[in-house]
Amino acid sequence: MTYTFDFSSFGAYAGLLARGAAVTLGLTALATLLGAALGIAGAWASSAGPRAVRVPIAAYVELIRNTPFVVQLFFVFFGLPSLGVHIDEIQAAVLAMTVNLGAYATEIIRAGIASVPRGQVLAGHALGLQQRQIFRHVVLPQALANVFPALVGQVLIVMLGSAVVSQISVPDLTYAASYIQSRNFRSFESYLIITAAYLVLSMLLRQLMNRLGTRLFAGRAPRNDGAAGSTVAGWRARLTSRRSTRALPTESTR
Amino acid sequence: MIEFTLWDIARNLLLAARWTILLSLIAFVGGGLLGFVLLALRVAPLPWLRRAVVLYVELFQGTPLLMQLFLTFFGLPLIGLAVSPWFAAALTLTLYTSAYLVDIWRGCVEAVPRGQWAAGASLGMTFSQQLRYIVWPQARKIAVAPTVGFLVQVVKSTALTSIIGFTELTKTGTMITNAAFRPFPVYGMVALLYFAMCFPLTWYARLLERRHKAAQQR
Repeated sequence: MTYTFDFSSFGAYAGLLARGAAVTLGLTALATLLGAALGIAGAWASSAGPRAVRVPIAAYVELIRNTPFVVQLFFVFFGLPSLGVHIDEIQAAVLAMTVNLGAYATEIIRAGIASVPRGQVLAGHALGLQQRQIFRHVVLPQALANVFPALVGQVLIVMLGSAVVSQISVPDLTYAASYIQSRNFRSFESYLIITAAYLVLSMLLRQLMNRLGTRLFAGRAPRNDGAAGSTVAGWRARLTSRRSTRALPTESTR
Repeated sequence: MIEFTLWDIARNLLLAARWTILLSLIAFVGGGLLGFVLLALRVAPLPWLRRAVVLYVELFQGTPLLMQLFLTFFGLPLIGLAVSPWFAAALTLTLYTSAYLVDIWRGCVEAVPRGQWAAGASLGMTFSQQLRYIVWPQARKIAVAPTVGFLVQVVKSTALTSIIGFTELTKTGTMITNAAFRPFPVYGMVALLYFAMCFPLTWYARLLERRHKAAQQR
């Protein structure tokens, strides 16, 4: 049995695909901003706050990290209305993505904060900075610079994971694929196109964020300097330095 | 309408969780075996083989798992294979797991000092003997903790197979919700069941990592 591919009927749906890509990127951007803010707040509270704050944050992080994103999404979209909170599907998607990314970002940034040498804080004190100023101007920039690659990886995971929001009828890329294949019955071709689109988006996004990272944190990340390059020595340096500081709790393996 | 008590819901979800566990095990064992073969190719001294494995990893890590599931589910029938959701789910998750494991293990193998390979070669060992008897036993010690940690991701990723119609925990939750109209307790319980499966793994991975670190500092 042979199958002939037929991509001829996809031209009519270019607008739909573009809109789907825009929705996927928009959701990711929004979730990234909100999730990063949540992560910074959570990391700050869990590394400097009292026990009464640390415990609920730890519970939140563990709960999110140990349940699938689909279930979180369904819980937000189908579960919350029964508590009297009415949100539409876009809001539910943004909320679920933010809460998800926020938990991972909390853990990642907390590790980043722990990796900043204690002397930096003492130096801030010696300069007469307040606690809040030390966090804002001394600890946080270095912490973010140290864990930036892990954060980028996590954002990409959230972007790819957002394919699921089509299940609650958010018109993202995956939704476009399902819609198109329900019209022209070319399911394999339409999913192939969308998969390629995701691949391109994730590669572009990684490039973009890495470039942004080098610009934002130029000269701020001493720990990453020795690990540049793809030589065996570089890899060993990267692995040993990670081992000696602390393993980053992400799903991403790079 | 049939009344669902909380116990009815919990019992059905517990029964469905068996399938989640079974699928996770298949994905992990299959993915582990395939991952090991790919690892051997990835570190082998043949550039084009390495590049092929890198491409494979990039493809699986750069696209959504949901799309991979759809492509298997709709693609295999095109070459004349009738696939059930069960088969498509098991196959896709196996490939997906292998792509991540080979990447994790590659890092561990490269963390073993280069001299170990050279020492093996100086004893007249072939590449596969060096990997099998010298390098892998050392890399395995580093690999255990991240591998257990990755198991959590395998368990969570099985939830997506509900979308191509495989009846596991999430799918059962959806079906019960549709019948009982009580999404809050149902999805709450689904989430708790996933947590009950994943958290022990997370905890164990953390324990292993602490032990490994302690052993290194000694």
